[in-house]
Amino acid sequence: MINIEKREEFDIKIDKTVGKPFIKDAKFSTRNVDVFYGEKQAIFDANIDIGKNQIIAMIGPSGCGKSTFLRCLNRMNDTIQDCHISGDIKLDDEDIYQKQQDPVLLRARVGMVFQKPNPFPKSIYDNVAYGAKLHGLASSKIELDELVEKSLIRAGLFKEVKDSLHKSGTGLSGGQQQRLCIARTIAIDPEVILMDEPTSALDPIATAVIEELMIDLSKKYTIAIVTHSMQQAARVSQRTAYFHLGYLVEVNDTNTVFTNPEHQLTENYITGRFG
Amino acid sequence: MISNTKKIKNKLAKRYAKEKRFQIYGLSAIAVSIAFLLSLLINISTTGFPAFQQTYINIDVNIDSKLLNLVDKYNEKALFSANYRKVVNQSLKTLFPGVKGRKQKKALRQLVSKSARYQLRDLVINNPDIINTKQSLWFLARDDVDVFMKGGIDRSLPESDRRLKNFQLVWIDKLLAENRLEKRFNINFFTQGDSREPEQAGIKGAMIGSLLTMLVTMLLSFPIGVAAAIYLEEFAPKNNRWVDIIEININNLAAVPSIVFGLLGLAVFIGVFGVPRSIPLIGGLVLTLMTLPTIIISSRASLRAVSPSIREAALGLGASRVQTTFHHVVPAAMPGILTGTIIGMAQALGETAPLLMIGMVAFIADVPQGITDPSTVLPVQIYLWSDSPERAFTERTSAAIMVLLGFLIVMNLLAVIMRRKFEKKR
Amino acid sequence: MTFGVIFTALMALLLLGYYIGKKRSIRLSDKSNQRLHSLPQHYGYLIAFWSSAPALLILLFWSVLESSVINSAIIAQLPVQFQQSSADEVELFINEIINLSHSGVTISDEVKRHAVFYYNELIEFSNWVKSLIVFVLAFMGMFIALAFVKPEMKARNLVERLIRWSMIGCALIAVLTTVGIIFSVIFESIIFFKTVNVFDFLFGAHWSPQEAIREDQVGGSGSFGALPLFVGTLLISFVALMIAVPLGLMSAIYLSEYSSPRFRLFAKPVLEMLAGIPTVVYGFFAAITVAPFIRDLGESLGLSLSSESALAAGIVMGVMIIPFVSSLSDDVISAVPQALRDGSYAMGATKSETIKQVIIPAALPGIVSGVLLAASRAIGETMIVVMAAGLSANLTFNPLEAVTTVTVQMVALLTGDQEFDSTKTLAAFALGLGLFLTTLVLNIISLYVVRKYQEQYD
Ligand SMILES: Nc1ncnc2c1ncn2[C@@H]1O[C@H](COP(=O)(O)OP(=O)(O)O)[C@@H](O)[C@H]1O
Ligand SMILES: [Mg+2]
Repeated sequence: MINIEKREEFDIKIDKTVGKPFIKDAKFSTRNVDVFYGEKQAIFDANIDIGKNQIIAMIGPSGCGKSTFLRCLNRMNDTIQDCHISGDIKLDDEDIYQKQQDPVLLRARVGMVFQKPNPFPKSIYDNVAYGAKLHGLASSKIELDELVEKSLIRAGLFKEVKDSLHKSGTGLSGGQQQRLCIARTIAIDPEVILMDEPTSALDPIATAVIEELMIDLSKKYTIAIVTHSMQQAARVSQRTAYFHLGYLVEVNDTNTVFTNPEHQLTENYITGRFG
Repeated sequence: MISNTKKIKNKLAKRYAKEKRFQIYGLSAIAVSIAFLLSLLINISTTGFPAFQQTYINIDVNIDSKLLNLVDKYNEKALFSANYRKVVNQSLKTLFPGVKGRKQKKALRQLVSKSARYQLRDLVINNPDIINTKQSLWFLARDDVDVFMKGGIDRSLPESDRRLKNFQLVWIDKLLAENRLEKRFNINFFTQGDSREPEQAGIKGAMIGSLLTMLVTMLLSFPIGVAAAIYLEEFAPKNNRWVDIIEININNLAAVPSIVFGLLGLAVFIGVFGVPRSIPLIGGLVLTLMTLPTIIISSRASLRAVSPSIREAALGLGASRVQTTFHHVVPAAMPGILTGTIIGMAQALGETAPLLMIGMVAFIADVPQGITDPSTVLPVQIYLWSDSPERAFTERTSAAIMVLLGFLIVMNLLAVIMRRKFEKKR
Repeated sequence: MTFGVIFTALMALLLLGYYIGKKRSIRLSDKSNQRLHSLPQHYGYLIAFWSSAPALLILLFWSVLESSVINSAIIAQLPVQFQQSSADEVELFINEIINLSHSGVTISDEVKRHAVFYYNELIEFSNWVKSLIVFVLAFMGMFIALAFVKPEMKARNLVERLIRWSMIGCALIAVLTTVGIIFSVIFESIIFFKTVNVFDFLFGAHWSPQEAIREDQVGGSGSFGALPLFVGTLLISFVALMIAVPLGLMSAIYLSEYSSPRFRLFAKPVLEMLAGIPTVVYGFFAAITVAPFIRDLGESLGLSLSSESALAAGIVMGVMIIPFVSSLSDDVISAVPQALRDGSYAMGATKSETIKQVIIPAALPGIVSGVLLAASRAIGETMIVVMAAGLSANLTFNPLEAVTTVTVQMVALLTGDQEFDSTKTLAAFALGLGLFLTTLVLNIISLYVVRKYQEQYD
């Protein structure tokens, strides 16, 4: 592994994001976003648009701020005590960090799936029904049953669990647990789904199932996915963003990024020189 | 979808109100606990504080050898058994001439404590030349007078509801007018043993008893506990059934009610070995068994916290396991071990129930001289006094609690300081 | 010679042994020109051990047994009518003899004078023999051990083995304690259950252990139906848990999920102070302040409350065990993985919703085990109930009335002056057996639950 810090010092400068960070008709758009953990800055001046019903992949060496950036989009960073954010993040042209914006409502609109499957220690049914119950989305037991079933079907899990809906969600296999987490996210019908390395804890077969599911879901939802695997980014995403040490280095169509990267750092990364 | 957003929005206010309420419940739970603690401490100190003062009465005593019934004033035996009571009583009569009736006369005698005659006796034995002179002396006042002086008796109550009757109040007023009543620091409380008379009762006996008991506990439980901890942590084979049994055993012992240890002491130490009841030795033995689990568990924790590199370095230099342990690991763990020991000792110092079982509840006026003298301990003294209805005893109970809490606070502070030091070093 | 003098002398011998052992090993190695197997100190330790340990052991045994042997010897030579008097009187007599012999006053009573004389004689003889045996043993140990010292002797290994075995001995004391507890309560209980039917004890509703005062009184000894005691204990413990569980749990939740680090740093030790206050202090506070307060409060509400109500004792006991519940819950709540919290927040749950629906269910086993430990504390708690609860057995589930508990009765039965094996004393041991078993079961379940729970998140 090459010592990144040293290299950056003398030969590579990042002034502004290269490629095509901005698009028309964006679902999310961020401008001049800086993120700090206490004194330490984790994101420097991130400007990017995320398109509707698209999958955008975020790649980069670990520790470069992908998760941090993703967590800004549904204000999950609010739960970290010394985390501060400045700049604009707009969802459908509304600033999500404005006072009158409510994080609870925002998170219902922007769902999230995590790296390690984290089903609640409840039954499969209750896991999926969790959000609907919280937000009062179903008016009757029948409606709730339908919602649970529909979400499990969409997440491609229904067939496997339909006879054990009342068994604990923590008893499923890793891949099933991750699909359960996706099912519970889509049960509240969000507009955007953020996925932070959703397959890095899974085996290749489970990964393939989830990737297929993502492509299917992107017909209806906007999806932002952080991934460690460039193949995965190439397989599922339309656009790709490359982060480096807190800087958003390059954003472009996935094809372009992988075949013809503009920035030296991007090229270094995708050709496997580090990361 | 718009409809979902709307549904969520409609419920938001209610959900946030719930959130707020939940948070308030949490804060109130803490507030209630702290309020209880404060009210306990304030209550105890306000009742206990007056006990650190004691009322004294000034009387002109005519030490008349005739009243004393004393012929030879240099015969020590005669001096010892002379009739000092009569002298004190006569002096009171002189101070308040014209007191009539048996009841009133008795009340008059009871202005001063019974200890007055012994105080006078000691004075005379020390200096027989004061016989047949007039001396102005300060004596301990009776508890009722003392309570009155501390504002514990309400004049405005009807006479029948008061412990001091009107005629007694008249006497006290006279004494006050002549500056013959004075509150002083209650030195007796710290220099005397228990007594049936509240104004004479002190905690010295109980404090010495506690000290001796703690000494026995400490001398036994510290070496035994630390040795057991060292064995279990450093030498015992892992995954051995016997070692597992010992471990489970220790964990269970830590949660056995303390009174059960008292039963053990009663049945084994007293019943089988015939150790006498009520002595610090047996109290210490019982408390040792009770505190051992605490010491073992905390010592093991601090041994475990010693970094393995210390062990590896010493073993690498060719030291044996025993040498490594005793020369390097144990010293490194010592602050933690001491902290645990102090906390165990503090627990033992406040313990009452098992000592009741082994008879440390007897009324004992003498201050114990050694670990085989009958004695009581501070918490048991508190228990004994708490049973007495007299206000002066309630006051002393609270004062004794203050002293006990004082010791515990000091011990815990010591433990905290040790822990701080320990953490800094690591 | 007294115990102290002999003990000091033995300690001196110990040092001497160490010194001689060390010197001798060095000299032997010089003489034979052979390297010592171990350091000279190790030889010293060995000699020191053999010149003091066996003698010390004998000294301890002798001192423990001395008084009872002497006492029975005195009793044996007393006139017959004395020997037939009750155990209490005999004990009093013995005490008097001992006091008299110490005071040195001249005694007029013939029997007593004789006894005192005999006592002094025995004590002197005993001291003599004791000193003789102890010192003979000490010197024998020293010389025999010295005779074994050779340069090739593996002194260090021997010393280390000695150390190891004494440490094992210390660890075994914990086991011995448990065995001692079990034997003493079971042994006395068996004798008790010979006179009182087990079934009557467990389910009898009438408890009045007073022994018959007159010979012709019915029953001879009181009745020992302990059901009211069990119910009383459960009632007070229940009240205590009703206080401690919500307050402790909510405090723990607030401290671990909401509070600022600074507030936590202040509040946590303050809460823990509640656990450091001796129970006798709580008992006093309950009896003097809380019970009257609650009685007056009840009266102003038109309720009739006993001034020894289960409610008052239970509330104070509840406050005492708040820290147990809160610190154990705090630990388990902090151990719930952050991923679960994140999962819930990401679904749009508020903090309290997350706590109630995800964190508490996830931490439940740990919380349950904490509550079980707290319950075992409450059941075994003695001083608060001795001072603030009632003495009369009252079979009721009403917390406004006075009830008595197992521990209160144990204290009541054992603090009077009675013979060691009267039915009353034995009854206390039977109650102790019940108490020990109950708390043991609670503790074992609790430890088991905790262990299961830890495995879950490891
Ligand atoms: N909770 C936190 N507190 C402080 N620093 C953090 C926190 N989370 C992440 N960081 C820091 O922010 C930087 C970016 O982290 P992250 O977004 O997790 O990177 P990635 O997901 O790309 O691996 C890292 O240097 C990391 O150390
Ligand atoms: Mg990450």
